Amino acid sequence: MISLKNIHKSYVTGTNSLHVLKGINLEVAEGELVAIMGSSGSGKSTLLNIIGMLDTYDEGDYRLEGQLIRNMSEKRVARFRNSHIGFVFQSFNLISFKNAMENVALPLYYRNIHRKKRNQVAMELLEKMGLSEWAEHMPNELSGGQQQRIAIARALVSRPKVILADEPTGALDSQTSYEVMDLFREINQSGITILIVTHENDIAHMTGRIIRLHDGDIVTDEINGIRRKQPVLQTLTH
Amino acid sequence: MFDPDRWHEIFYALKKNKLRTFFTAFGVFWGIFMLIIMMGSGNGLENAVFADFGDMATNSVFMWTQRTTMPYKGFQRGRYFNFRNSDTQALKDKIPEIGLVAPRIQAWGGGGANNVIRNERTSSFTIFGDYPDLQRIDPLNMTEGRFINELDIEQHRKVAVIGAKVKNDMFEPGEDPIGEYLKIQGVYFQVVGVFESRKSDQQSERENQVIFLPFTTLQQTYNYGDIVGWYALTSRHDVPASVVEAKAKRLMAERHSIHPEDQRAIGSFNLEKEYQKMTGLFTGIRILVWIVGIGTLFAGMVGVSNIMLIVVRERTKEIGIQRAIGATPWNIMSQVITESVILTTAAGYFGLVAGVGIIEGVNLALAKAGTSSDMFKNPEIDFQMAMLALLILVISGALAGVIPARRAVSIKPIDAIRFE
Repeated sequence: MISLKNIHKSYVTGTNSLHVLKGINLEVAEGELVAIMGSSGSGKSTLLNIIGMLDTYDEGDYRLEGQLIRNMSEKRVARFRNSHIGFVFQSFNLISFKNAMENVALPLYYRNIHRKKRNQVAMELLEKMGLSEWAEHMPNELSGGQQQRIAIARALVSRPKVILADEPTGALDSQTSYEVMDLFREINQSGITILIVTHENDIAHMTGRIIRLHDGDIVTDEINGIRRKQPVLQTLTH
Repeated sequence: MFDPDRWHEIFYALKKNKLRTFFTAFGVFWGIFMLIIMMGSGNGLENAVFADFGDMATNSVFMWTQRTTMPYKGFQRGRYFNFRNSDTQALKDKIPEIGLVAPRIQAWGGGGANNVIRNERTSSFTIFGDYPDLQRIDPLNMTEGRFINELDIEQHRKVAVIGAKVKNDMFEPGEDPIGEYLKIQGVYFQVVGVFESRKSDQQSERENQVIFLPFTTLQQTYNYGDIVGWYALTSRHDVPASVVEAKAKRLMAERHSIHPEDQRAIGSFNLEKEYQKMTGLFTGIRILVWIVGIGTLFAGMVGVSNIMLIVVRERTKEIGIQRAIGATPWNIMSQVITESVILTTAAGYFGLVAGVGIIEGVNLALAKAGTSSDMFKNPEIDFQMAMLALLILVISGALAGVIPARRAVSIKPIDAIRFE
């Protein structure tokens, strides 16, 4: 599903070059629920953004469903994102002047689906997720947990293969966080691959696989608690 | 394009900061408003000036005799001379560029004293002797009866065509002047027509006090022999009036033994030249109006562009989210450009309506007051101009949106999402 080979990424600011990803190799199979962990600056968000085609990489190969993602036009990237990937953000990022249903329907708008049709699809999804009573509410009338659930619905509405969540529970209390994680697990059980960036251990342990990043390298990769890769202690030798 | 979501977003963006939207819109409003007002006023000035020409043939030339200023062929300088009937034929025969030749004469003797009598009414009017062709050079509106015709000329009929003021002064209200007689400088003439001037103001007032007699009748009745007072000429439509003017003057100089270099012996007035001068002047005014108008509009457009830049900046994060969930750069750009076009067009439309409203108001007020001025008449905006202005608005709105739109998609979506 997701295949990263020797991915490098540097941020250049003036004369300084910050090497954020130092040769990432990662395979994620269809239907996995993966947590990406690491301290701030470890490159976990950058990795997620590259997977989400929101950011570019300097070196290596990134394939999504076998399709090499490199030097694509903005238009193709947008279409690809729209059809393959759903995003969930820490700060929910709902459009403030659209109600919940319109927010959920928005990805379909960019697929040129007729208004009636897309609102209907959004409504069905909200019903399925038990959120229909909030459909007409504006984002600022909803609690954080409700907003995040709406945002997850928005990520789901275009029936993506992959959902990428950047600190989805970062702005929520622990009770709500667990509820959101339960939702993710439910979605995962329907066959959708999910990658979650988090720095909370309890959240990470609710997933099937934990990848830990440190200074741009993958240091551990545990599947169901079993380490697949020994820590690379490069950093210590520097 | 006509998706409600799109409009929803546009109105939300504009509503979010009403005062700013208002001031931005005002720039465009003012630009188009000024353009319309200036264009209307220019047209008003133009209409007033050209109204003085009436419906005169713009290719007409008037030519009269003055005093010679150079001795020639044994004649001394300072000699008076007159055009003669034979000159009329010579003009027709020798100058093929001439279209119409209308010899004219005025019966002197009025001079402010009362020269027209009917029963107990007496008054002073201007008396001209003319050919039917005058109607094609300096036309009049015939309100009753007819103008002088060829038979009047041939048979030296004692008929008169009178101006509206003459009718008013010499007849009872409601009385039919046709067939009645007027005693003009001692001789009775039968009224066959009443006319009204097509010119404006003083010019029309003066013309409405004129009595036209057949040219030949006037010559004979008042003992002018074969003297012609002056000529009204037109050029053929493919020839400039100035050619006819020069040739006619040269021919007259030859026939009346005038030194070829004597510029002052024969006076002339070339309406075409005057007309062109005026046309040139108004073309200049119109160009100026457009430059100023477009300049003002451009300033408004820069304002819109600026505000859109701010809007785009404020909505950076939102744009980033939209792109993350699948909006293409063109989706975003067309959104921004549409917003700009809507703002510009709406504001411009109000400017257009306000401008046209004021112009029409002035028009109405002028009409109601019943007075007309030499400087201003029927300010107007034609429909094409208004449409052109609207088209310019839409295009400038789109142009104003281009830079902000490019700006909106120049930021990487990921940076846009992180933007606070």
